[in-house]
Amino acid sequence: MKKIHIIILVLIAAAITILISYTGNLTTYETIASAKQKQGKPVKLIVMLDKSSIQYDAKNPNYLTFSVIDTLGNKVNVVYHNSKPENMEMSKQIVLGGRMEGDHFECKDILLKCPSKYKDDAKAVNNSINASN
Amino acid sequence: MQYIDEHLLPGQLGHFFAILSLVASVLATIAYFKANRLQVVQEKTSWLQLARVFFFIETIAVFAVFILIYYIVSNHYHEYFFAWNHSSLSLPPKYLLACIWEDQSGSFLLWNIWHCVLGWIIIWKNKKWEAPVLTVINFAQFCIATMLIGLYVFDVKIGNNPFILWRHEMSQLPIFSDPNYLQLPRVHEGNDLNTLLQNYWMVIHPPVLFLGFASTIIPFAFAYAGLVNKDHSWIKTAIPWTSFSAAILGTGIMMGAAWAYESLNFGGYWAWDPVENASLVPWLTLIAGLHTNIVYKATGYSLRSTYFFYIITFTLVLYSTFLTRSGVLGDTSVHAFVGSDMTAQLVLFVVVFFVPAIVYFAIRYKSIPTITKEENTNSREFWMFIGSLVLFLSSIIIISKTSIPVFNKIFKTNVAPPEDPLKEYNQIQIFIAIIIGILTATTQYFKYKNTSNSFFGKRIVLPTVIALVLSILIIVFANINYDKYGIGFLIAIYVAIFGSIYAIVANAMYIWSGLKGKLKAAGASVAHVGFGLVLVGILLSSAKKNVLSQNTTGIAVFKKDKREDPAENITLFKRVPTDMGKYTVTYVTDTFNVAEKKTYFEIDFKSKDGKEHFKLYPDLMKNNKGMEGMSANPAARHYFNKDIFVYISAYEQNKENDTAVFRKKELKVGDTVFYGNGFVVLNKIEVNPKSLQTKYNADEQALFLNITVLSKDGKQYNAMPGIALKGNSLRDIPDTVPQQSLAIKFNKLIDPKTSTIEIGIKESAAVSDLITLKVYEFPWIIILWIGIILMVIGFIMSILYRLNRMTS
Repeated sequence: MKKIHIIILVLIAAAITILISYTGNLTTYETIASAKQKQGKPVKLIVMLDKSSIQYDAKNPNYLTFSVIDTLGNKVNVVYHNSKPENMEMSKQIVLGGRMEGDHFECKDILLKCPSKYKDDAKAVNNSINASN
Repeated sequence: MQYIDEHLLPGQLGHFFAILSLVASVLATIAYFKANRLQVVQEKTSWLQLARVFFFIETIAVFAVFILIYYIVSNHYHEYFFAWNHSSLSLPPKYLLACIWEDQSGSFLLWNIWHCVLGWIIIWKNKKWEAPVLTVINFAQFCIATMLIGLYVFDVKIGNNPFILWRHEMSQLPIFSDPNYLQLPRVHEGNDLNTLLQNYWMVIHPPVLFLGFASTIIPFAFAYAGLVNKDHSWIKTAIPWTSFSAAILGTGIMMGAAWAYESLNFGGYWAWDPVENASLVPWLTLIAGLHTNIVYKATGYSLRSTYFFYIITFTLVLYSTFLTRSGVLGDTSVHAFVGSDMTAQLVLFVVVFFVPAIVYFAIRYKSIPTITKEENTNSREFWMFIGSLVLFLSSIIIISKTSIPVFNKIFKTNVAPPEDPLKEYNQIQIFIAIIIGILTATTQYFKYKNTSNSFFGKRIVLPTVIALVLSILIIVFANINYDKYGIGFLIAIYVAIFGSIYAIVANAMYIWSGLKGKLKAAGASVAHVGFGLVLVGILLSSAKKNVLSQNTTGIAVFKKDKREDPAENITLFKRVPTDMGKYTVTYVTDTFNVAEKKTYFEIDFKSKDGKEHFKLYPDLMKNNKGMEGMSANPAARHYFNKDIFVYISAYEQNKENDTAVFRKKELKVGDTVFYGNGFVVLNKIEVNPKSLQTKYNADEQALFLNITVLSKDGKQYNAMPGIALKGNSLRDIPDTVPQQSLAIKFNKLIDPKTSTIEIGIKESAAVSDLITLKVYEFPWIIILWIGIILMVIGFIMSILYRLNRMTS
């Protein structure tokens, strides 16, 4: 066996090890109900934002709460210790990363869509035509 | 219905040219394919001539499409959805080009244009390879052209026509019942370019990036030519092309990073976002291919791997197109397009290039010449090959992680990225950086074929010692103590700093010790020095990145865990100086710029040691496209060794004027004073308190008032206004309780014996104007940018050098 072959094998082994250990750290997309079963474990939620529930005071920019609803209709309160992302009200669907802690969801990161990439559907366009600005 | 004021001709012409380019590219592909297979010179030439005619027509058509789109957008013909959706009447003209890139079809068009330009350069310079290379280019042109036609074939929509009329695209909208709909204010004005893209980087980053993407087809096409014609002599011609592609793609990626750094609020230039990864990975494999290509040219080894790397590079470019445009990344990326009806088409685009190429490669594998004798471990080619393998390994790891959503789609799983994906990437890639840094440093000191140990050892000692000393000095003096991921990671950072410094020093010295100062031939060394600087820049700026806007108001509103401290936003009330680490910051005023539709904020920074005093002007721009809120544009202060980077994370405007003034109150320790919403208690006077040491200097005498604020709703806050004395000068250190719109300052000591003092209390009737600010400090980011520039210069030098040698 050539040295090169041995090295290639070692590298392949390294790649496989790294990727397998990576899978150990992967989280999962959960529903609110299943996330509640996994208290304190990092999970991701794909949920709808309840816009009326957003509570945020710019005087305290490190605290934001709101509630979200998943596709099964379950609802949960979310606490996010950071400033409110811009355009948050605009997003219907958001992806939350964090953990369930007791009855609320401790959110570490909120993914909204980059605004340029909103789908150009007719409804969004219609909203825009009727917007005041 | 007869609509008023529509301009239908440019659109009809545009669609005609789009279809013409499709037809011409098919014909050119066939003609070039045929020309490549024919052996008889006369027949071959006549097919070639025919193919060129088709390619010429196609080029004209592609440019015509582009010009017409630009014409429609710049004239604001909002009857076209493209123009309405991406531009507006009040948009500064310098951003008109960015409007075109904002659209999916616009960026495909860009790709098309670069293919044409590259194709003609091949025809002009590399006639020997014209037929096979242009077969591939034209086939790619055909694939892209299908994305732009928007025709229905058996109820399946193929591509999106950029010239479609708005009233055809969305005929259900009620506005189209009005024949004069173009005069409706919002239609007339236009939907505008997204505020985030109104940035100069967005005008130039996409063309450069797409030139990078487009140019990766050339090495791929050479590989195809070699496999089909069983002629491996393309390898020499390919090196300058690959270097060009690597330089441009690298520049394009880093321009995107510069944009992210300057305009987007990710808090940095690189976030391991899937979209960023997808363009980085082909660059890594391209660099791997470039090195094996050079190895083959010098020694005859590594031809097979060169084929493989060039095939996989272009495939990865196509795969990244699929990832970013199909909507598959919707849940993991900030940038990727949401949903699109082109998924099947984009998958096909990858498959039609990858499958035939890899099958051909497998069939021809045995016949590709190779040397049976094994590479010597004392040889340069051995270590270059190892380096290429490591780059490839790195790209496999990155792309596998990025592809999680694709695996989810295929296997119907619901796996999500880890909680802290940055950590996962950084922990692995830092080891890649270490290996690559050390290989970059040492490999040039080996000779091809064989190197005697004494020869290698003698020359490597000096750079090794210098690099070791330098990196220890940097680690000590830059005080690198990044402990977020623990001691193991910190040690890895130290080793990586050594590795990258080693790469810089060894390659810089090689220009003299190896090349005897022949600067013309030093392209590779210069590029390697640049690469080393890039690594150093990344390591230092990430390890020493610092949040300056720590919330120091002392209000603990949340749990702080050991991994992160999310209190990275500080609230500033208008005209109230606020304490922020080593600076006192004041939000002085704001002005609205009508032409730019931006509100600029004047933020005053004063360092407490009195050495620095400057103002920064971050701005906010009202969002467009029917979205609420503002988008923030940061402002930065550049020093040679760091950038201070400020942006506004929230803004609350007071409708009334703030007429409140400081009311004077006299009180003793233990006394209370009322204010609108409660009362304040003076607990005690503290002299030079240790807990507030950051607020005054060592040579100052400081007096602080320990005050408790109790509001009607039963909440309790602490305030510590103070004064600092130095000789005869006195400095005010007011404190605020933002939650109560309350500012308190320590006016003077009236009677030291009875501890009677005077304070000033100011409360705004309404909320006073306030902003919340995020301030980062990025040290040594400039090394990264210098490294990139140097790397590109190195590439250009080596391209020129090789071209020169080829012609002479």
